[in-house]
Amino acid sequence: MTPDLLEEGARRVERHGAALTGLNNTASGGRSASAGRIATAGEVDVAHGRILYLEDVSVSFDGFKAINKLSLDIAPGELRCIIGPNGAGKTTMMDIIIGKTRPDAGTVFFGSTIDLLRHKEAEIAQLGIGRKFQKPTVFEQLTVFENLELALKTNKGVKSSMFFKLDSRQSDRLAEILVTIHLAGSVNRLAGNLSHGQKQWLEIGMLLMQDPKLLLLDEPVAGMTDEETARTAELFLTLKGKHSLMVVEHDMSFIRTISEIVTVLCDGSVLAQGTLDQVQADERVIEVYLGR
Amino acid sequence: MVFGDTDARVAALSQAAANADEKTAAFIQALADDAVKTRGEQVFVVKDDKAFDPLTGAEQALPPDAEDVINPNLMRSELDNALAAVKLLSRDEKLRAEALKTLAGESDEARLPLIEKAYGLETVPALKSQLGLMRAAILLGSPDKAKRLDAAGQLASSKSPATKTVLIERLGSETDADVKVALQAALAKVEASLAWGDKLGAIFSGISLGSILLLVALGLAITYGLMGVINMAHGELMMIGAYATYVVQGLFQRYLPGAFDWYLLAAVPVAFMASALTGAVLERGVIRFLYGRPLETLLATWGISLMLQQLVRSIFGAQNVGVENPVWMSGGVQVLGNLSLPYNRLVIIGFALAVLLGMGWLIGRTRLGLFVRGVTQNRPIASCMGVNTARIDTYAFALGSGIAGLAGCALSQVGNVGPDLGQGYIVDAFMVVVLGGVGQLAGTVYAALGLGILNKFLEGWTGAVLAKIAVLVLIIVFIQKRPQGIFAMKGRSAEA
Amino acid sequence: MSTPFPTLNESLRAEQGMAPAGAVTVARTSPQPSSQRGEEASGAQADSSQASAQQTVTLPGKGPLLTRGGWSAFMAALIAVCALAPMLNLWVPESSALHLSTYAVALLGKIMCYAICALAMDLIWGYTGILSLGHGVFFALGGYAMGMYLMRQIGLEGNYKSNLPDFMVFLDWKTLPWHWTFSDSFAATLILIVAVPAVVAFVFGYFAFRSRIKGVYFSIITQAMTFAAMLLFFRNETGFGGNNGFTDFKRLLDIPVATPAMRMTLFVMTGLTLLGFFLFAKWLVGSKFGRVLQAIRDAETRVMFSGYSPLGYKLTIWVISAVMCGVAGALYVPQVGIINPGEMSPANSIEIAIWAAVGGRASLIGPIVGAFIVNGAKSWLTVAYPEFWLYFLGALFIGVTLFLPNGVVGLVKKLRKGGEQ
Repeated sequence: MTPDLLEEGARRVERHGAALTGLNNTASGGRSASAGRIATAGEVDVAHGRILYLEDVSVSFDGFKAINKLSLDIAPGELRCIIGPNGAGKTTMMDIIIGKTRPDAGTVFFGSTIDLLRHKEAEIAQLGIGRKFQKPTVFEQLTVFENLELALKTNKGVKSSMFFKLDSRQSDRLAEILVTIHLAGSVNRLAGNLSHGQKQWLEIGMLLMQDPKLLLLDEPVAGMTDEETARTAELFLTLKGKHSLMVVEHDMSFIRTISEIVTVLCDGSVLAQGTLDQVQADERVIEVYLGR
Repeated sequence: MVFGDTDARVAALSQAAANADEKTAAFIQALADDAVKTRGEQVFVVKDDKAFDPLTGAEQALPPDAEDVINPNLMRSELDNALAAVKLLSRDEKLRAEALKTLAGESDEARLPLIEKAYGLETVPALKSQLGLMRAAILLGSPDKAKRLDAAGQLASSKSPATKTVLIERLGSETDADVKVALQAALAKVEASLAWGDKLGAIFSGISLGSILLLVALGLAITYGLMGVINMAHGELMMIGAYATYVVQGLFQRYLPGAFDWYLLAAVPVAFMASALTGAVLERGVIRFLYGRPLETLLATWGISLMLQQLVRSIFGAQNVGVENPVWMSGGVQVLGNLSLPYNRLVIIGFALAVLLGMGWLIGRTRLGLFVRGVTQNRPIASCMGVNTARIDTYAFALGSGIAGLAGCALSQVGNVGPDLGQGYIVDAFMVVVLGGVGQLAGTVYAALGLGILNKFLEGWTGAVLAKIAVLVLIIVFIQKRPQGIFAMKGRSAEA
Repeated sequence: MSTPFPTLNESLRAEQGMAPAGAVTVARTSPQPSSQRGEEASGAQADSSQASAQQTVTLPGKGPLLTRGGWSAFMAALIAVCALAPMLNLWVPESSALHLSTYAVALLGKIMCYAICALAMDLIWGYTGILSLGHGVFFALGGYAMGMYLMRQIGLEGNYKSNLPDFMVFLDWKTLPWHWTFSDSFAATLILIVAVPAVVAFVFGYFAFRSRIKGVYFSIITQAMTFAAMLLFFRNETGFGGNNGFTDFKRLLDIPVATPAMRMTLFVMTGLTLLGFFLFAKWLVGSKFGRVLQAIRDAETRVMFSGYSPLGYKLTIWVISAVMCGVAGALYVPQVGIINPGEMSPANSIEIAIWAAVGGRASLIGPIVGAFIVNGAKSWLTVAYPEFWLYFLGALFIGVTLFLPNGVVGLVKKLRKGGEQ
């Protein structure tokens, strides 16, 4: 065996591996995404490359059609931004995904196997979808650390809470999240004493403790200072990839910082979708939302 | 009838009454009036300082050492009965009716001949049927079976509770099977006609209690339902209204005794104003600083209630004070044999209705009501529109307190007035508000009436205390199913 | 683990040749070297690290049950109760100024029982936000359980010289009703003192909390509950002595009850119970359970959203506080010598709430202090100026809610902070 032969052998293996990867890395999941794979209950199946899939969802309240044949899908690890005028149905769409509102028609799938319409709100939260509301709702009388500790993914029963002790794996995770949300220095501060932006981060941190696969964020930077907004953008970029995010926002510069694909909702359905530049150039969007 | 021991006298009296004529009647009357004197074997009837001979009616000189005839109690009651028996035959219909009332329930065999005689002579049908029933009651004990059967049949048509007692008594000692059957049939019939009276009686008591609860809870419905203020001093505001009534009564007694029967008309506005002013002071002084903190309001108003109770104790004393019904509210109307509706309760029902309508009109049709509704539904916008929200709050609270005062005024007419008057009703009032739901007056009305009637019906079965406990438990259970109460404004939950 | 296709960040990092962002480990006591934070901080955050420095996060460890100052105060109280008081009462002669009279012992014992109730109220109201205006019923139930035992202990020395308690003879009853079956056994009585309030609390709490009644409505129905219980116990047929209740106790465990020695024993037991419950409460609120309770108090829907079921937590603390009140009641009855249905009146229960409010909610020591202050004032005023007591109490309610929302403890904290500044 000469070094040349070894090297050539290694290259050949690499090419073979690349060819295989090419077979496996198609947009719809390649060979491993055949219909013959085993689906495990409760696990999100992203083999087809979509973590959230809404199709033709419609709902009306007292005759007013809030969502009108809405179709939307998000890839795993993607950071999708949703924009649109007021009353376009952004919050209602989130309500439907999270299980608070039942649509009159359409399908909502989490991964390719979990039908969200069949689950209750609490179950959907357990499955790995976290929602953050516009107003921060942290526990103001508890410290940052205690807030996060409460959100730990662990047994939530009475007895285990009484005798609860943080083990090293959990404290590692807590510390990791603390760093991610930029609150490592405020561990012992009362959550009520944090600034508005910091409270938002704390809440995102509490959501992250549940290790959600999909995060729905409703106007996360509303009321934040410019600096806080920038740090939030940073935070989202860190989260992207490990988690999928759907962000509803109005702040265009913020969206520019974080977005890949932007979806524009109007009158309960998707008006346009694409990168921010494409969307900003779209006549209909300018008409309806962005203005001239 | 005058000499000898009591039993002999009673016997003599019965004999005389059985065959009474006018002179005997007059003598019996004189005996009852303590107007008979004796001396030795002579008997005198004294009238206007003159003495008469009972038999002849001739005037005689009254000897100075004449002794009074003493009538022991037994003799007295026998005299009364004898007089009634005699009156049965009098020419005056009114006297006869009175006599019948007095004799009702008696089934003395000795009276039978007299009653038979009266029955024969009676022309007025109502009185005749009454006499017939009395006759039948007495005949129930007759040795002749046919007569007993006949009597049982006749008694079936009676509507008085006394007949029921008589029938049950007779059933106990009856031996003949046929008569027993007849008696039971009669008993069933009597009970059926009485049952109606009982039921209606329970419904009436229920409505009466419900009307009182309504008055009590109406004020609370305004302060809590419209304003979200839990006022534990509500009972004391009622107490102030009751004491205001007492004070007005006292003033009338001293300065306007002739118009005493109308003191209530003056007391109503006075009670309203007294409680309304107290409420306004409370709102301005304490409660306005606690809006939005219902638990603190609860505690603070409890403290106020303690202070008000002590204040009243210091001024009026710790004992109950007496408040009398005016004449036109005393007595009642007899609707059925066993159902009599007292006037004071009827007036209160009417009063509660009037207050309810008045309040509904005030809230729904006047400017003040509009402002109150606006302020409670959306304070900032109302304020933007130039409504003085602080003043409206005070008015609304004063209105609620004033109605509590009216409730106290009403309560003074049917119950005791003392420093703890409020405590007895506060739990009930809150139950009504919790049950009826917040924000709608209709809920309060239905809840108050419903609780009143339910309470009274349960009382019929289990007695007052257990009924109250059962009602409380039922409310707790009801709230499980429907935490927002019977009527609730959409969007409100059963939390403050 | 990585996703099927590389994400933006990973490819960015791969481009820049940096290692993927690793876990940040943290120790409680000593900082350990941790991995780098790759991204640049876009703004200066004073307490976070610079771009290339170590990032250490110090998580708070579980604190001690009491601070050093707290432990000293606790030990002082323990000594005062177990050693000082008996000495001053039983050994120091009556003529001395230091003598603690038996009357004072009884009074302090009674107030300590009330302090236990106030502590229970703090757990329920201060930490969980549930204002109960009916806790007096649990106090009374514990008291009645002990009372039944004490009535049986009278034995044949009652007015009627019968095996049955006097009031039963008076009512012409021939045998003990079923609920008196265990009343001659001290052990069974101890069990009943704990079990009866617990069961009643459980049943009531289960139905009330399950229906999600909150706030003021809940407080009102607790009032209704204690009122209904009071009415029930006033009836002679219920077999609890009617409106006279139980009194005239002679013995406890065959030892005469009215001697100074016995009184002191009860006093010491009450003190120990109070201190023990205090430590227990401190442990409870310091645990995660206590924090969940506070979260429930502040934002119940958010707690549910985080995956906790408030029903279990509320029910647990409700039953615990009820049992505490029951034990307090059982200690109260032999010291005071009487129990009657008046203890269940709504007014009594509302007073418990004011002790907690005066002292300072959510502080554990506050309600104990509050109980002492209010009951001390009551004992003094009802003797010196009886007409003023109710004015004072009413004014206390108003004053504390308007001006002292954090009670005496809060006031002390504010003054201390003001002093420091």
